[in-house]
Amino acid sequence: MNLKENMIRSFFTENPVTGLLLGLCPTLATTTSAENGLGMGLATTFVLIGSNVVISLLRKQIPDRVRIPAFIVIIATFVTIVDMGMQATMYDLHKTLGLFIPLIVVNCIILGRAEAFASKNSIGHSFLDGLFMGLGFTMSLFILGAIREVLGSGQIFGYALIPADWPTILIFVLAPGAFITLGFMMVGMNKISKLLEGGN
Amino acid sequence: MPENRPVFVDSSPLGRAGESTRKIMYTVSLTLVPALGVSVWMFGFEALRVLLLAAVFCVGIEFAAFRFSSFKIDSLDGSALLTGILLAMNLPANAPWWLILVGSLVAVGLGKLVFGGLGQNIFNPALVARVFLLISFPVQMTSWLKPGAVDGSTGATPLGILKTEGAGALAQTDLLHLAVGQMGGSLGEVSAIALLLGAAWLFYKKYITWEIPVTFMGAVLVFSGIFYLINPAQYASPLFHLFTGGVMLGALYMATDMVTSPLTFKGKLIFGIGCGFFTALIRLFGAYPEGVSFAILFMNAFVPLLDRYFPDKKFGVLKNE
Repeated sequence: MNLKENMIRSFFTENPVTGLLLGLCPTLATTTSAENGLGMGLATTFVLIGSNVVISLLRKQIPDRVRIPAFIVIIATFVTIVDMGMQATMYDLHKTLGLFIPLIVVNCIILGRAEAFASKNSIGHSFLDGLFMGLGFTMSLFILGAIREVLGSGQIFGYALIPADWPTILIFVLAPGAFITLGFMMVGMNKISKLLEGGN
Repeated sequence: MPENRPVFVDSSPLGRAGESTRKIMYTVSLTLVPALGVSVWMFGFEALRVLLLAAVFCVGIEFAAFRFSSFKIDSLDGSALLTGILLAMNLPANAPWWLILVGSLVAVGLGKLVFGGLGQNIFNPALVARVFLLISFPVQMTSWLKPGAVDGSTGATPLGILKTEGAGALAQTDLLHLAVGQMGGSLGEVSAIALLLGAAWLFYKKYITWEIPVTFMGAVLVFSGIFYLINPAQYASPLFHLFTGGVMLGALYMATDMVTSPLTFKGKLIFGIGCGFFTALIRLFGAYPEGVSFAILFMNAFVPLLDRYFPDKKFGVLKNE
């Protein structure tokens, strides 16, 4: 498997958020700021790598009929690790993300990669797939969060960009702003994907 | 690309109506002049400033989009001008220039061009902009000049008073004043009579049909009337609801927008009733004092469904037994 092609695929053409439109619920709900987007993305990446590796390791042992429950148990284990780890080390971020951390269990990306990739491929490849897909997801969430934070609160990572008495476009920190921003991001990503595909 | 576009023509006989997008757009714009006149009379040159800025921004943005993209847009077909006028009618007279600029960008860009230009948009562009601004800048969008005030003092709209202080505070309100337009509000919300006057010409030219305005206003009257009958002390009268806020503007000009309203008879009836119902629902029980723009946008989303599930009976087609 070509590493470079795989990376381009995970970041652009098959980016979980803008290409496959998977895991939209945490994407839209948590990306009110760049920091939240980054935190959510990295938490998901950790779970994705962990579950991909373990599922790949056990792919010959897990019976086909009960594979989904087995995957979910493995994913839930890693989500619990992330949940408790974040609570211990990043309490504020954990509080902001709230319910969306435990909800990583039911994120379609993770089960999707387990089913489509990790259950059929070697450990090394599954690790890289989890890493790239996770980073692709993180990148999308980070960009989405950064755009929404700049437009909606006039800040980036909490640093004010404009004077405090200037009005900001409040809609961007609310749900409709998430949809609008995601729409425009998809336009841009599709354009980049097309250019990359044309170049190959 | 345009050469290969298929042309859909009905069976003959065919006749030339002499109508064009351009002509319709400019005619509709002209019929808004009486209502705009009343706003200028009420709010002075501030109203004129908002109107001119919105019109110039909207046409300018569409012209720029035409110049710097591969879109085939006729920026002078009048649709951008009409969007600008309707946007101005949805803004308070003391709207700052940047609010109008953001509104115009949203109306033309997000409301129309991202869908592929005129005729492709699902939602009414001016209303998309209004709701965007209302959610984003609640302070600037709900600071209304008092009618006739030369000192720039602001006050609440009748619907705002109704929401915050209850129906008792409105006991002194004269319905005739409301109908003429002596109240606070956005430019197009003030005069019901002037809007009806302009719309009469559109009815005469058959640019709009009776179904949507009548069912829209009828539904507002019926639903607000039911609650008025239950408890007149708590709920305002149905006529008050009809003459305040954006019901007239919405029912006559916004909901009847050719692109974003249903094509079929039954579809139009349901569309109008839905708009009226949700307007009344938001006004009576919602968090916002005014619900016309939300109601119309909400029903806009159903237009493709309405067109599909309530088709007109075709002449000469037998019913399937």
